[in-house]
Amino acid sequence: MTESIPKGVADRTPQASRWRRQLNPLTISGLAILLVLVVIAIVAPTVLGDAAQALTDNATMGPSREHLLGTDSLGRDIFARTLVATRLTLLMTVGATALSIIVGVVVGIGLWLAPRPIREPGLRIVELAVTFPGILLALIIAAIVGQGVIPAVIAIGLGGAPAFARLAANLAAKVSRREFVQTARLLGVGPVRIAMRHILPNMSEPMLILMASAFGASLIDLSGLSFIGLGVQSPQFDFGFLLNDALHNIYTHPAQVFGPAVMITVTGLAIMLVGDGLAAAANPRSSMPGVPWTRRAAARAVERAATTITEPTTGDRLLEIDNLVISGPTGQPIVKGISFHIDRGEILGLVGESGSGKSLTAMSVARLLPSTLAASAQRMQLGDIDLIHRVPPKQLARAVSLVYQDPGSTFDPALRMGGQLSDVLRVHLGMTRDEARERILENFRAVRLTDPEHRYRQHPHELSGGMRQRAMISSALNVDPLLLIADEPTTALDVTVQREVLRLLKQQNLTQRTAILFISHDIGVVKALCDRVMVMRHGEILEEVAAADLDPDHVRHPYTRQLLDATPHVEVPTPDLEGVGAR
Amino acid sequence: MTATMTSAAADDTTMDGTAMTDSSVTDSTPDDTAIAEIEGLNVRFGPAHVLHDVDLQVRQGRTVGLVGESGSGKSTLAKVLVGVVRPSAGTVRVAGMDVHRLRGKEHFAFRRRVQMIPQDPFSSLDPRLTVGESLAEAIDPGRATVRRHHDRIEEALERVKLPGVAGRYPHEFSGGQRQRIAIARALAVRPEFIIADEITSALDVSVQAQVLDLIAELRDELRLTMIFISHNLAVVQEVSDEVAVMSRGWIVEHDTADNVYGRPAHPYTRLLLDSVPGCPGFTLDDQ
Repeated sequence: MTESIPKGVADRTPQASRWRRQLNPLTISGLAILLVLVVIAIVAPTVLGDAAQALTDNATMGPSREHLLGTDSLGRDIFARTLVATRLTLLMTVGATALSIIVGVVVGIGLWLAPRPIREPGLRIVELAVTFPGILLALIIAAIVGQGVIPAVIAIGLGGAPAFARLAANLAAKVSRREFVQTARLLGVGPVRIAMRHILPNMSEPMLILMASAFGASLIDLSGLSFIGLGVQSPQFDFGFLLNDALHNIYTHPAQVFGPAVMITVTGLAIMLVGDGLAAAANPRSSMPGVPWTRRAAARAVERAATTITEPTTGDRLLEIDNLVISGPTGQPIVKGISFHIDRGEILGLVGESGSGKSLTAMSVARLLPSTLAASAQRMQLGDIDLIHRVPPKQLARAVSLVYQDPGSTFDPALRMGGQLSDVLRVHLGMTRDEARERILENFRAVRLTDPEHRYRQHPHELSGGMRQRAMISSALNVDPLLLIADEPTTALDVTVQREVLRLLKQQNLTQRTAILFISHDIGVVKALCDRVMVMRHGEILEEVAAADLDPDHVRHPYTRQLLDATPHVEVPTPDLEGVGAR
Repeated sequence: MTATMTSAAADDTTMDGTAMTDSSVTDSTPDDTAIAEIEGLNVRFGPAHVLHDVDLQVRQGRTVGLVGESGSGKSTLAKVLVGVVRPSAGTVRVAGMDVHRLRGKEHFAFRRRVQMIPQDPFSSLDPRLTVGESLAEAIDPGRATVRRHHDRIEEALERVKLPGVAGRYPHEFSGGQRQRIAIARALAVRPEFIIADEITSALDVSVQAQVLDLIAELRDELRLTMIFISHNLAVVQEVSDEVAVMSRGWIVEHDTADNVYGRPAHPYTRLLLDSVPGCPGFTLDDQ
């Protein structure tokens, strides 16, 4: 869990740096091989063209110093022929791939633009065509059109087009749901213009990735077509043709196969490496810079600072934190040495705008910091648990509970409520299934979920947002935690439901003396629920104030006052009985 | 519903929450012509009845706030007003045109006179177009070029206090700045009627305050008529002359802002107000 930064924050990262970061060694070697192949394709025919065509008396020879890979049945040098064939093979592959893309994108976008009665059957036909092997389609086309370079390119190109058509239609449907396309439509921009201006540019990344794998597939298919004699015809030759040539002598001179086979493999490998690189760059989940794989799985705990204090908290103190520093992947401080405490039975509010570090502070208490961040503190003491040391998960699970912002995504949609809620109790508290069930139902009743037995058997999607958040809170209370961390628990809820959830938290606090760390951007909510409030900005605590004093007359820091001023209040006007003139 | 509902209010309303008559909205602004007129509007999506017998008038130069919880039908109403969702029954006239029976050139005229500001500043601008290109497209959807419309683009950007950013891309801006660009795009068309759907919901409070100030300032300066949709009662109060409260597809109350907030007639409005922390009726004590 990081800050509740609005979605789309990823595209704030400049594209250029993202690509640079993604150039891992494999991608670079793929690009290097491709470069070498292109140089060969350009240079070889001019330098070795004559050698590749020259007939000699040494027909069907094995490798020798003059002929590194031997000669074919007409005495031509196979090494030279292999290098020379690179040009035609690459040109044909590029041509076939380009044809696939152009035909595919035109058909795909055309289908998306077409009226529904054409679009739906069209999409089904495209899907059918995708399942049909391209090489078979190519065989049929080659049989009709004839053999040779151009027919082979057309055949393989058309054979690869359905995959692009399907991707283009799917991406167009996805992009067109985004708000800017709908806005353009509302502005009166025509459909063709929307397709050219908004849809096409926004689907280029997945297209690029498919292009790489389509290039590899075209290479194999074209080589296959030439190999079975339906592609390139003599006197022209590509890798597949050479392979076919070599096949006749495979028992006597197996080395002949070596040249074209290696070239096909190397070309295919290079393009797959580049394709993988592109795919990795486009997938934000694989782009965590500078973190070794092994450390990614485990959530991070807080490290010990140079000097530490570890004696247990005394008296009413439940949580004590001294000089907590959290820094990002590049070492920049996000939380800058904050200290605070929570008393037993207290509700502490943490307010701030996005990026203030409030969620990270809370996550460090639950030892759930993302592993890309580093944290240290002089003291982090929760009751008699030293949070800086390794804490047994069971002990932590009993001491701290969490309630998250989005009641829609905190539950696994595939599991029933009861099943996933009882996990914690059975694993950490060692309860049996029936004991866990009893405890959960009891807590369902405590949070006033209607018909608890029924809810226990339901799936999360059958509950409303408010009910899910109550279930979440009830599960947080299952373990009778010392501290409940609630991270924007009402932000996604309607005001009437928000009030119910706030009541629930208050009630739990009053009856069980559960301490609560309540994080919110909403100063009104914090003031209503909390005992004491800390205002955070840019990783620092600016002000600590009793919730009752949270008004412009009592706060000291200008930022707090600014925050209070900016927060709109409902003002109750003197009713205007005539109903005339609001402004 | 709530213990605080007044018996007078209960009498005015049938149990299923039927719309009250809005006879009390008899305001005397200089111009009384209705820009938007909705009569007997019903919207059904299959079995779901999303809007029930909605009647709403928005008069020239007024801002009507539309407030309600999720699923109340406010966004559907906005979509009906711009012609994206077709009504199952009823008529919707905006700027003298029947929104769902536009003919020929009326389509274009309608798009010029009515603009919607979308909710999400992170997806409302095409990431591949510069700010200037996005605005040019709004001004001239057919053949948009930044050079041809340079002056109007600059003027619109200056209005939202972001001069000289036409050549930059959306990812270079914060959420609040993007929302201002989206507002500039809507204004570049020089519309008379604006529909703002939850335009500050994704923003931090200090940024929200700036956007609200800007919207109010522009509305007064350009004499815009506006429907302002939000789930946040305080935000709606800040910008609206009149407020319509929606619940489950019904407009349960429509009155001047002062009356809705000061003398709520419908129990649901009462409940909403009592749920806002800081309001006099708000309490965390158990009933």
